[in-house]
Amino acid sequence: MLKRRLIPCLDIKDGRTVKGVNFINLIDAGDPVELAKSYGKQGADELVFLDITATIENRKALADLVERIAAEINIPFTVGGGIDNVNDVSILLNAGADKVTVNSSAVRRPELISEIAGQFGSQCIVVAIDTKLVNDEWIVVVDGGRTTTELKTINWARRVEELGAGEIMLTSMNNDGTKSGFSLEITGEVSSNVNIPVIASGGAGSMEHFREVFCNTGCSAALAASIFHFGEITIPELKRYLINEKISIRY
Amino acid sequence: MIAILKYNAGNIKSVQNALTRLGYKSMITDNPSELLSADKVIFPGVGEASSAIHYLKERGLDKTILELKQPVLGICLGLQLMCLSSEEGDTKCLGIFDADVRLFPPVDKIPHIGWNNCLTLKGNLFKGISVDDDLYYVHSYYAEISSSTIATCDYILPFSAAMQKENYYATQFHPEKSAETGEKILKNFLEL
Repeated sequence: MLKRRLIPCLDIKDGRTVKGVNFINLIDAGDPVELAKSYGKQGADELVFLDITATIENRKALADLVERIAAEINIPFTVGGGIDNVNDVSILLNAGADKVTVNSSAVRRPELISEIAGQFGSQCIVVAIDTKLVNDEWIVVVDGGRTTTELKTINWARRVEELGAGEIMLTSMNNDGTKSGFSLEITGEVSSNVNIPVIASGGAGSMEHFREVFCNTGCSAALAASIFHFGEITIPELKRYLINEKISIRY
Repeated sequence: MIAILKYNAGNIKSVQNALTRLGYKSMITDNPSELLSADKVIFPGVGEASSAIHYLKERGLDKTILELKQPVLGICLGLQLMCLSSEEGDTKCLGIFDADVRLFPPVDKIPHIGWNNCLTLKGNLFKGISVDDDLYYVHSYYAEISSSTIATCDYILPFSAAMQKENYYATQFHPEKSAETGEKILKNFLEL
């Protein structure tokens, strides 16, 4: 049976791991390679690395970091941050990333998704969708939540599937950093409207929140950052808890 | 020396990283004489079937693969290319395994991404592996079950998780990305 996945997300700034509350006030949470190894040993199913200060100059440094991570860990990992062309993708995949994630750049130029899928296959392209509830409607936001778009989240999710995305990583900006739980509403809605796996993100604060999102939505995976980095919840205890709750988990 | 077949597919470096972690030296090569003289050959890959076969044929590597006498391990796309044909790009494949590769019917999420267990494990490749151990999969096409199937996996329908015929072994899952369980399977192959 296919298992639900638990994915720690490491935000990277200048080669270090950080996590901000609502994407501001960054706190250093350690060396990404060491954290990655430790998560692998603890039983994380996959890892995501987001370079939150991605610039052209940083691209080489990110590729070097990806190479070091790839040499050390034995589980799949995804890398993102500022990717806006096929060449960026090629550099990161060659450095050893299994998948890449694109966000704002795909909203600005949706063909980027089909270009990446066409050249490297759908399995390596995860489209990150940041969403916010505005006037009772879930809409897509970009630039780390600073810019609101006209796109309805469900429509954009269906579109990225058509364009060849292999997975959707859905972050509710209303929940992100609040530790009040994932948004069951939009996670459920997107999961049942697309036929590709959806990774729920934003709002994890307790083990119960993971149970909730797995029991009440069709998401394939749940992603969290700070609660893992600061040891508030460890992966082994979370996995034991979810197995007790009859959720299909790799252990 | 372990040779890893170099062609236009992704994920090749990951296989080399895994071998290095296990303490094995390897080279990534598309040189036929290096491939033919290696102790073991790994045929990895994530990519698209028709362009991969086209690339192999252009360089005569399809023939080299069929001439190999040492243990060969195909991984993911490698497994699919060792079958008769693939619905991906309507591709005629190498025909080592008597099975066709088909697209999953759209009754559940596709691709099949994540950790899933294998059933009916046969042979040395699975020494020390149990039906409760999970392995990492990422694919939209699957190989049908055939006489070469040595492990099955169930997602949407039962399919070949691993195959073997003579010196040719192959896995649909990625042992190089499947934590300790995957490392055991790689080690089993390397110790054949």
